Amino acid sequence: MMKAAQVRLENVGKRYGKQWVLRQVHLQIEQGEFYTFLGPSGCGKTTLLRTIAGFIAPDEGTVYLDGTPVNHVPPWRRDVGMVFQNYALWPHMSVYENVAFGLRERKVTRAEIDRRVMQALEQVDLKGTEGRRPSQLSGGQQQRVALARTLVIQPRVLLLDEPLSNLDAKLRAEMRLELLKLQREVGITTIYVTHDQEEALALSTRIAVMESGRIVQEGSPREIYEEPGDRFVAEFVGKSNLFLGTITRAADALIEVRTDNGLQIRAAFSVGSARAQQGETVLLNVRPEAVELKPPDAGTSEMNQLSGRVTALAYQGSSVEYEIEVRGRALKAHIVHPKGTPLFQPGDEVHLVFAPQNVGLLHHGL
Amino acid sequence: MPKSEAALTIRLPARIDWWQGAIMMSLIAILVAFILYPVLRVLWVSLSDEKGDLTLIHFVNFFRRPLFREAFVNTLLSGLLVVFFGSLMAVPLAYCSARYEFRGKILLQTLATLPLVIPPFVGAVALQLILGRSGMVNLLLMRYFDVSFPFMEGLSGVVLVQTLHYFPFIMLNTAVSLANIDPSLEEMAQNMGCHGWRLFRRITLPLMLPGFMAGSLLTFIRVIDDLGTPLMLNYKILLAPQAYLRITTVGIDDVDGYAICVVLVVFSLLSLYAARKYLSLADYATAHRGVVVLKPIRGIRRAFVLGFIGIVLGLSLLPHIGIFLLSFSKIWSFSVLPTSYTLDNYTEILFRAPHFVKNTLLYTLLAAGLDVLMGAAIAFLLLRSRLPGRNFLDAIATLPLAIPGVVLAVGYLRVFHGWDFPGAGGPLTSHWMILVIAYTMRRLPYTVRACYAALQQVHLSLEESAQNLGANRMKTFLKITLPLITGGVVAGGLIAFVTSCVELSATIMLVPKVEMGPISYGIYVYMQSALGRGAGAALGVVAILLVSAGTYLTHRVFGGRAGSAFRI
Repeated sequence: MMKAAQVRLENVGKRYGKQWVLRQVHLQIEQGEFYTFLGPSGCGKTTLLRTIAGFIAPDEGTVYLDGTPVNHVPPWRRDVGMVFQNYALWPHMSVYENVAFGLRERKVTRAEIDRRVMQALEQVDLKGTEGRRPSQLSGGQQQRVALARTLVIQPRVLLLDEPLSNLDAKLRAEMRLELLKLQREVGITTIYVTHDQEEALALSTRIAVMESGRIVQEGSPREIYEEPGDRFVAEFVGKSNLFLGTITRAADALIEVRTDNGLQIRAAFSVGSARAQQGETVLLNVRPEAVELKPPDAGTSEMNQLSGRVTALAYQGSSVEYEIEVRGRALKAHIVHPKGTPLFQPGDEVHLVFAPQNVGLLHHGL
Repeated sequence: MPKSEAALTIRLPARIDWWQGAIMMSLIAILVAFILYPVLRVLWVSLSDEKGDLTLIHFVNFFRRPLFREAFVNTLLSGLLVVFFGSLMAVPLAYCSARYEFRGKILLQTLATLPLVIPPFVGAVALQLILGRSGMVNLLLMRYFDVSFPFMEGLSGVVLVQTLHYFPFIMLNTAVSLANIDPSLEEMAQNMGCHGWRLFRRITLPLMLPGFMAGSLLTFIRVIDDLGTPLMLNYKILLAPQAYLRITTVGIDDVDGYAICVVLVVFSLLSLYAARKYLSLADYATAHRGVVVLKPIRGIRRAFVLGFIGIVLGLSLLPHIGIFLLSFSKIWSFSVLPTSYTLDNYTEILFRAPHFVKNTLLYTLLAAGLDVLMGAAIAFLLLRSRLPGRNFLDAIATLPLAIPGVVLAVGYLRVFHGWDFPGAGGPLTSHWMILVIAYTMRRLPYTVRACYAALQQVHLSLEESAQNLGANRMKTFLKITLPLITGGVVAGGLIAFVTSCVELSATIMLVPKVEMGPISYGIYVYMQSALGRGAGAALGVVAILLVSAGTYLTHRVFGGRAGSAFRI
């Protein structure tokens, strides 16, 4: 079994010149967790990962591994395994030598190295390639060598820097599952960096969404997706229809909002913030897959109905993505049509229908 | 109807290929006549007996002569020693340049170009005056400590001069290799627990080895090709001077000279082949991502680094200082500094014998122009045509890199001596054009490579989109391709110009009359007499200025990639 460590960051900050690339980062990652830094490029997620690995010294704050501050521990004594985005396989060594490198550094006996390298290669399904050079392997195979090389030293923490970003879409989906199984199997504390929200939602036990060097929201994948804390998270994770408006009535676990373009929307009170008061400005979020489309003549009992006109549609196989103009704004709807049923066409009048429970209430911190 | 359409689509490309074919055939004809055939003639003479039968007897004889054996060993030894001592200076400097950021780093760039602007045979004379038996340093040592060191005696003088001249080749190549190492490869090793000297030995060193080896082998080729330095220092037990002496004193039919030439070519070819091999290994290691952050160094470490740079800089400046002083000196003999100064030396070379400078400008500009035309045409054929025989063209256009100047000159003398060349009004070897041809052929690989690199940057789709928008081939070339490759082509021409300015090893054998000699020849002639040394030094200063101007322009045109002239 692997040694799994707890990772704690306290008020970590880093700047280059006057530019802060990390600010006031607090987080605690428990043993065996699969924790993801999610954010657009330039948000500081890789810098944060490299700070944990020891390649970057924070300008303020402290990094703890299992409760011990490690700010002044050099990378080679931290015992955290990192997998680089470009794999960083040494071109002048064979696959075997690459995987054996860390064990040699740890003065493991020759026989033991041999046994563990072979076991690691078997684990990632690469038996028989040990004599080859990295350049003779496919992208997916290189990725797995990189993983085996890091796992074989049984590090306390596994750091993954966008490890799947250089693979093609199909392989990426496969490797995602492999990675998940492998991580759960060995139980190692894992920190994962990605800009791909799907990847983050699929793999993580918890996610920290980052923007401009700060963590803007931390939570389980469901919390992040279903209860985004602000506009940035709502728009970055999944797709959103956002409405800015004022609360006109707050009662009976239900609020009524009048949006800036004159729509009436009801939201279930319990879903969003508990501090909803009449007259307050709020941001409402309706996910496209929570929306239903009805012909204008079909009756419905749903409390939220907006009428609009289809402007575009994209058939995606499993669903259809519609763009609907409602009072001068473009809204999105993802609709699953049963086999053989007709699709709406551009120009069709439709009603957008959604339940108050599916309306998210965001703080209006715009 | 369909028939004629089909005929049209086939004929159109066929007609264009025909043009390309004609250019290719004429290029091959020129290169065969002035590169391949002369070299093969040298090879044939060394491999045949009087009756014209194949024999190895000349090589057996070569190794039977103690003098040649000694020259053979000395040549290898000088190459290895120059590489060894050059590496001692070059590798630490390359590491500092590729990895550290510090105040005063500009000195490093100076170091990388300064030694290269002074031709080694000029440097040899200057170093004699400073480090020689009765030079500045030994006179001072004698005066105060009553000791002297034979820095410049025999082989050690040759090695000293060449080390100071050629170490930037190793430095530039190693620095490029180091800078190309993806930083994550070293970080990964640190992440695995490896650091310090072990990290250098297990990761950095193997990854920088290709560039280092290429630089070393290039240096090796230059060292064994260098005829001027040993001649100036009057040390003759090396292969190049031996070949020169055999041909010029014994005669053009002396077989031993040819055998020596072939040995030289074999050395160079093997080195060139090995250098290419190493560099092809380097390719895969240079997949690059992100910017390499240079580590800042301060305080005592910075002082240490600057001190080392200062020492090397001081050493490499010695030739410049010496030649500058000598060019203004009336008398400089058995004294620490010149005893009296004069401008006569410059009057001599600028007014009394101005032909050296004029000839150099004429020859080298002509050669550089021809090189640019041929280089561009060859690069175009290599990259944009599908003609058979491109590999052959590439091979003979690269060959001059491995043909020492002495060997090419001997080949020219053998082939073009004794019969009237059409249009030259006599044998080609009696006409100054022979020098232009020699320079053109020797420097052709530089322009081919510069044009090739420039054209390679122009993605085919850039040309195709112009054609897709209605531009024909000519317009596409003039409006898209040409503007994009101009920089590379000009830089290639400048490099050809600069290196031709200081060519001596072919020049010295091919100059038909003293009045037809260029600067390098003039320096050699002046330096033969003690009275002419001042004028020779003045010519040396002119050569340095020409080369500096050319190098400066190359940097302006080529930017950071100017160093590519000194790589393979």
